[in-house]
Amino acid sequence: MSTLLEVSRVSKRFGGLQAVDRLSLTVNEGEILGLIGPNGAGKSTVFNLINGVYPPDSGKVFFAGEDITGQPPYRVARHGIARAHQIVQPLGGLSVLDNCTVGACFGRQNLALGQAREAARQMANMVGLGDRMDMLASSLTTAGKKRLEMARALSARPKLLLLDEVLAGLNPAETEGMIETVRKIRDSGIAILMIEHIMRAVMSLSDRIVVLNLGARLAEGTPQQVADNPEVITAYLGDSKLINAAELPT
Amino acid sequence: MSELLLQVEDLEAGYGDVQVLWGISLKVARGTMTTLLGANGAGKTTSLRAIIGALRPRGGKVTFAGEDVTRLSAHTKTARGLVLVPEGRQLFSNMSVEENLEMGAYSHRARQHFKTQLEQVYTMFPRLKERREQKAGTFSGGEQQMLAIARGLMAVPEILIIDELSLGLAPVVVQQLAETLKALKAGGVTILLVEQNLHLALALSDYAYVIAEGRSFLEGPSTEVAAKPEIRQAYLGL
Repeated sequence: MSTLLEVSRVSKRFGGLQAVDRLSLTVNEGEILGLIGPNGAGKSTVFNLINGVYPPDSGKVFFAGEDITGQPPYRVARHGIARAHQIVQPLGGLSVLDNCTVGACFGRQNLALGQAREAARQMANMVGLGDRMDMLASSLTTAGKKRLEMARALSARPKLLLLDEVLAGLNPAETEGMIETVRKIRDSGIAILMIEHIMRAVMSLSDRIVVLNLGARLAEGTPQQVADNPEVITAYLGDSKLINAAELPT
Repeated sequence: MSELLLQVEDLEAGYGDVQVLWGISLKVARGTMTTLLGANGAGKTTSLRAIIGALRPRGGKVTFAGEDVTRLSAHTKTARGLVLVPEGRQLFSNMSVEENLEMGAYSHRARQHFKTQLEQVYTMFPRLKERREQKAGTFSGGEQQMLAIARGLMAVPEILIIDELSLGLAPVVVQQLAETLKALKAGGVTILLVEQNLHLALALSDYAYVIAEGRSFLEGPSTEVAAKPEIRQAYLGL
C-alpha cells in the first residue's frame, strides 16, 4: 500500500496556544484513517493545515509525492484533496445538483460544465440524494445537508476525502446510513481521513486510528490497539491517580 | 429508597436543527450524590441545560419534587431549588466574593435565608470569608470553583447540579473539592455531578448514569458501574 498523504512534523500556534505540535501522520491509498481526540485536541486545525486554510508554522505536507505545504485551498483541491466541513456550507440558493456541479468544476479535474454536471449527478446518487437533485440546498434536512456536503466534495473527484464530523447531529438511523455511505466511498477507491466524535462509528469504520491530545500524537494503531492503549484510556476516562481509588477496579 | 427528588424521562434536546439528546432518563433520590457520565459530546452539559431550563427540551419530562417542571424557565427552577453550578464557573469576575454570593441569592426564597446561608457558606469555606472583598476574577481556578459552588449554595438548593467539577484544576485542588462535595452530601445536600474524570465521579457518587451519543447507555450503583467493562465502550466505542 503506498502513501498518499504524508504530514511531517507540522506545528501551528495561535497566540499562546500550541494547537498542533510536531504532528506526523500518513494516509495510505484506499484506507480510512480515523483522527480522534478530546475536545480541543487540534483535530480540525490539522485539517486546516492539510487543505491550506492556513500554512503550518513549521513542518511539511506531501500529497502523492508532491510538497503542497502552505498552498491555498483551491490549489490543494486541484491536487485531489476535498473536504466535507463539520458545519455544513451549502450554497443554499442553488439546487443539490448545482451545488455538486460547483464542486466538480473546481476540483481535481477542472471539468467542463457538461462533464461536471454528470460527475455531480453520479456523486449525488452515490450519497443517496438521487431523488432530491432539484431541491434547493437550503430546504434539505440536517442529514440531507451532511450528505450534500459529502457529495459536493466527492464531485471534485478527490483521491483523498477529509471528513470532519459528518455524523454529528444525525439521528441513529441516519448515522447508520451515513456509515454505509462512507464505506461505499472507501470501496470506490477514495482514501478517507475522518474526524469523528461518535466512537462506535469511527472504531468500526477506520483501518487505523491516530489519537491526538494537546495537539500531539498520543497513540496510533488499529482500533483495538488504540482502545487498549492505557494512555488513550487515561485521556478519555480520566486519570485514576486523581483520587485514592484503591477500592475501585480500573 | 429515599424520596425521589428529580426524575428525568426520555429527555430530548438540541441546538438549531442539530438534535443532541435522543432520550435521557435518570432519577436522583434526596440526599444522594448521583453522577452523569459520558464521553466528550455525549450530551452531558446539554442534559443539564435542558434539566434546569436553560435550554428548552424538545421532548420528555422533568419532574422535580413531585411537580412537572419541564416547561418552566431557568430562573423559576432556580428559585424552587434546582440550582446549577455551570461549567467554567461563570462567575462575575469584576464583582467581589460577597457580591457573587449575593447574586446567588437573587430569588425571593433565597433572599429570606440570606444571612444564615451566608454564615453557613463562610463556615464551610473560611477562605472565602477571609477574601470577601476580593474580586472573583483574581482568584485561582480552584478558588473560583469553590466560589461557584458557594454561590450555588446561596440559592438554597434542593439539588445542586455541578457541571465539570475538576476541569482544568490541579490534582491537589481537585482533592479539596472532592472533600467539599463529601461534606455537602453529609450535610444533606442532594447533588447531581457531571465530571470528566470517571474514577473521581464514581468514587464520590452513590449512583451513576452513563450516556453515549445522546442516550442512556447504562446505570447502576457507582461501585457496580466502576466494575463494568461496558463503561469503556461508552467512552471508546470498543
